[in-house]
Amino acid sequence: MTTASIPAASGRRRQPTKLRRAVRRNVTAYGFLCGALICFAFFSWYPMVREVILSFQRTNFVDPPRWVGLENFRTVINDPAFGPAWVNTAVFTLLALLCGYGIPFVTAIVLNELRHARAYLRFVVYLPVMLPPAVSVLLFQWFYNPDYGLFNQALGLVHLPGLQWLNSTSTALISLVIVSTWMNMGSGTLIYLAALQTIPSELYEAAELDGAGLFKRIWHVTIPQTKLILLVMLLLQIVATMQVFIEPYLLTGGGPENATVSVVYLMYQYAFNFGNLNAGNALGLMLMIVLMVFSAIYLRVSRDNTV
Amino acid sequence: MKSHKLSILLVSGLAIAAAAACGTDNSGGSGDKASAAPEGAGPVSISVNCEPPKTNKAERATFEEDLAAFQQLNPTIKVAKVTDAFPCYDPRTFEPKLASGELETVFYVNFPNVGRLIESGQAADLTPYVNEIKTFQDYNSSIDLFKKDGKVYGLPTDGYGMGLVYNKEVFTKAGLDPSSPPKTWAEVQAAAKKIAGLGPGYVGYGEYSGNNVGGWHFTASVYGRGGSVITDDGKKAAFNTPEGKAVLENLHQMRWADNSMGSQLYIDWPALMKAMAGGKMGMMLGAPDVLISLRNDFGGKFENYAITAQPEAKALFNGGAGYMINPKATPEQIKAGLKWIEYKFLTPGKGQFDYARAKSADLTVGQPYPDLYRPDTPSGQAVDELRKANANIDLAQFAGWVEGSKGIPPKAEPGPYAQEIYKILDTPMSAVLTRKDANIDQLLADAESKVNSLLASKG
Repeated sequence: MTTASIPAASGRRRQPTKLRRAVRRNVTAYGFLCGALICFAFFSWYPMVREVILSFQRTNFVDPPRWVGLENFRTVINDPAFGPAWVNTAVFTLLALLCGYGIPFVTAIVLNELRHARAYLRFVVYLPVMLPPAVSVLLFQWFYNPDYGLFNQALGLVHLPGLQWLNSTSTALISLVIVSTWMNMGSGTLIYLAALQTIPSELYEAAELDGAGLFKRIWHVTIPQTKLILLVMLLLQIVATMQVFIEPYLLTGGGPENATVSVVYLMYQYAFNFGNLNAGNALGLMLMIVLMVFSAIYLRVSRDNTV
Repeated sequence: MKSHKLSILLVSGLAIAAAAACGTDNSGGSGDKASAAPEGAGPVSISVNCEPPKTNKAERATFEEDLAAFQQLNPTIKVAKVTDAFPCYDPRTFEPKLASGELETVFYVNFPNVGRLIESGQAADLTPYVNEIKTFQDYNSSIDLFKKDGKVYGLPTDGYGMGLVYNKEVFTKAGLDPSSPPKTWAEVQAAAKKIAGLGPGYVGYGEYSGNNVGGWHFTASVYGRGGSVITDDGKKAAFNTPEGKAVLENLHQMRWADNSMGSQLYIDWPALMKAMAGGKMGMMLGAPDVLISLRNDFGGKFENYAITAQPEAKALFNGGAGYMINPKATPEQIKAGLKWIEYKFLTPGKGQFDYARAKSADLTVGQPYPDLYRPDTPSGQAVDELRKANANIDLAQFAGWVEGSKGIPPKAEPGPYAQEIYKILDTPMSAVLTRKDANIDQLLADAESKVNSLLASKG
């Protein structure tokens, strides 16, 4: 029954206001929305609010918390690992972008061009994503072993000297980037592949008729047509790689000599090994602010490209 | 547009409502969920943790037997909840459990975390009650770790000093005499070189270098050489000394000049244990419990391993674990919790010291720990006699450690910020094991400056 069908002379009942009509019209939608809102409120917004509060407090969860101003921030900033952690995280993010952004895109283009064994190769590319991250990391621990690891054996076959991989300050971080790229490239490749398959073939045919070669076709057709997904993936990857944790935690313990300590790894140390949850929260808040900047860019880019 | 505003209103309202619903007040927590009845009004209810896991059937059965016997002996105490989460003390869950009221009344804690919990007020003051424990006065110095400013905050239930764990089979293969293990670091170095010479995969001596365990073993090594990590007043670093330098120089020499340490980095506790259990590693620094753990947890051949005294030891790093009481517990719960600790862990002939039962359950008996009581006390003598009478393992595997460690004073963790200090000390440890050109003087000076800054910031 609609409001229009309600008899005008139903006693002294007032006409429903516009607001009420809007609520009635959308009551089911609001019902569904409530579930999501409650989940977000409990599991995302509330923890974030608590994180902000805790980063300005000192608490032992027994006595009432004390407000300590910026003391927790001073604690983490004065930590000798604070600088290396941010530098390592930034370098990791940059390297992970170079490898983890370019390689899946190129792989997707190659897979898109293939006419045979397409499904098999997609499966092979996606396989690492299906492995639990801890398993992948431990697999690479064996690959990287300087004495009997797969990589040094492979180098030995072509008469190249073995590397120290995780044991050297100069190669440890890039070793983590390789692990991260291997673990995550499957998802990126599939997303790029899906985007590539939405490009009308007529555009390529037209480009070919205009005499465009492979690289010109990629530059003038593929990249503009997948621009939105490329930008979104770029920003999502920055947000994800800046939170690198499992690779240093399981493979290097932040070493050697702090060469792989990351911001999240340091946060974990404060929260769980040093018993200073408040300082861990302060570090988390710093990272959150940095990531919010990237998220703001992401939202801006999404909006500009969808208007 | 109106609809949009309504959505925003609804979202904000729900978020605020949810946040308000979740808001916690830490000040008025009633402690763990087990309830405390007023004195004389009925049984007092407590909860305990660290029940052995289901996979460890024999120890779990003895635990449950002890629990039943304890409650029969103490009808006014009800153990309402028993948890078996492993590890017994998990820093990742400790504070969330404390905040949510889920922390057990009686909780396990290992030595490296004791000082921090006392410092942060996360353990109950037991001082008024501890003298009711019959064996309390017999404790050796391990109890000191649980004391601060004359107050007692917990009770050690397991304790041991460091030693040198070695693989007898590997020693024999390398032409070394397993009944005459190294007594000096020079002998360790020579033995490690011979073992590494056995071929690919053989490691003479293994050592940690990350995740704070590198710093932990540096500390144990410095203690052994007679040095300290921090000054007695806890205000300054004290490891940039000939002792600290000797530790790093020795490792650097073995790693790079002798090539007797392999190139694998052992960044956490299980990594080195796995390597030792693998049967191709000759020696590592460890406590007597390492032998049992190599067998029970890492599949090592127990009979192949032995432990001897830490070479040239002037002090032994004091490792172990104990129990503390939830700071939100009532006095009745504290008393009940202490009774459980006393029955299960501190009474000769009962609980963990019921060696006759352990022997019949095919658990190992004879290992020289827990080392809780002074040897000249009634408790110390009783435990020693029971242990010897029921021993079912080859005591010779521990004999070198027992004899060699006699009279060497124990030395505790370096204060409440031990983990932060260990993290800093990981750096020189990993440097000497990964860089041939490591500048040891510079590494020690850098670490010293960092530890000094850390301690200064803590006031």
